[in-house]
Amino acid sequence: MLAKRIIPCLDVRDGRTVKGVNFINLRDAGDAVELASLYARQGADELTFLDITATIENRGTFTELVRRIADVIDIPFTVGGGIRSVRDVGALLEAGADKISINSMAVNDPSILDTLAREFGSQCVVCAIDVRSNSAFDQGLLQGWEVYVAGGRIPTGREALAWAVEAEQRGAGEILLTSMDHDGTKGGFAVELTRRFSESVGIPIIASGGAGTMEHFTQVFEEGGADAALAASIFHFHEIDIPELKIFLANRGISIRLNR
Amino acid sequence: MSSVAIVKYNAGNIRSVLCALHRLGLDAQVTDDPRKLRDASHVIFPGVGEASSAMRYLREVGLDAVLHQLTQPFLGICLGLQLMCAHSEEAQTECLGIFDPTVLRFSRKEHLKVPHMGWNTVSCSSDPLFAGISDPAWFYFVHSYHVPLCGETIATCTYGDTVFSAALGRGNHRGVQFHPEKSGPVGEQVLRNFLALGEGRS
Repeated sequence: MLAKRIIPCLDVRDGRTVKGVNFINLRDAGDAVELASLYARQGADELTFLDITATIENRGTFTELVRRIADVIDIPFTVGGGIRSVRDVGALLEAGADKISINSMAVNDPSILDTLAREFGSQCVVCAIDVRSNSAFDQGLLQGWEVYVAGGRIPTGREALAWAVEAEQRGAGEILLTSMDHDGTKGGFAVELTRRFSESVGIPIIASGGAGTMEHFTQVFEEGGADAALAASIFHFHEIDIPELKIFLANRGISIRLNR
Repeated sequence: MSSVAIVKYNAGNIRSVLCALHRLGLDAQVTDDPRKLRDASHVIFPGVGEASSAMRYLREVGLDAVLHQLTQPFLGICLGLQLMCAHSEEAQTECLGIFDPTVLRFSRKEHLKVPHMGWNTVSCSSDPLFAGISDPAWFYFVHSYHVPLCGETIATCTYGDTVFSAALGRGNHRGVQFHPEKSGPVGEQVLRNFLALGEGRS
């Protein structure tokens, strides 16, 4: 039995965890390594670290942080944010990251996905896709979404579902799907979006954006068909505790890893 | 006292294994030196990546023959396990042939997501590698190819309708498809159990 994964996301700047509402107004939620090991002990299935300032400022010491995380953390972790080259990816994997997540770089040059899959294997290539609903991409009655890059600041004019299918064909091993419409709202995950993506690709989908209650996780797993659900501030500010969430989901009949 | 060697080759994920051993208080050497590999008390053959390029590299540097000759406890992890088999469907690769099976790709039928990624329950045998581990236990997997059940299967895992070998074992050789170095305290126990193999030998 494969478990649905609960993934706390740590947005990182200068080695510390921060999380903004709609990616603006950052608040400090603690030391990244400390918080990460707490989550691992609490039963998080995976961790994601995003270097959120990387696309607009210098990368700083993110690789060094990845090294410190790998020393301490005994569960898988993904790192992303501002990765610009195959060389950046190699350095992060060498530092101990299990997977790397790329967004802007893949949109700008999709062939990078082929290169990364060939060099390092699809299993470590996560294609992050930030989307916003856009009626220009609707197909009849079916809703359409547009891909955004640079931390959700720049619309690309690309239809999101076709991009996900292309990313899979080129060698992405997983898709981290963030709904900008839902991110930071705590009003629930984008269930319809997640379901459409999950049915359209054969690789795992991590749903992200909008988690506010434990019931929201039930919805995105059961109705959205997500393989994993990612959230940040609700975990960082103790609005939902991971052990409590996992028991709640297991009681709802969802396949969850309970004992660590 | 264990002296652990980790096989150095062109595959990823090697530092993760090194870090896991550090957390157990052990310093391992990452090496492709045949003498150091032969002298180690235990050898770990980790790796994620693509089978044919890994085998090509191992043959080029002559490590394929060296790995075959090792007699101490030997543990393949993930791609390491697959390379210990006879053949892989991944780019139709001839592998080391320590174990007999052919490594197969997961079929995409029944809406199964590939790679098989995440924590899955494993049903463990009484092999000493799984001493003290509950049955079933949760381990972390990430792979697109799998080893079918065979006479050397010492743990099984089910994904969709496919039941495959989560671990193989024979003599001094063990191989696991999951990542013990990424499977929390349960994975740590597997590594401890591996390091306890061969204890008492002179």
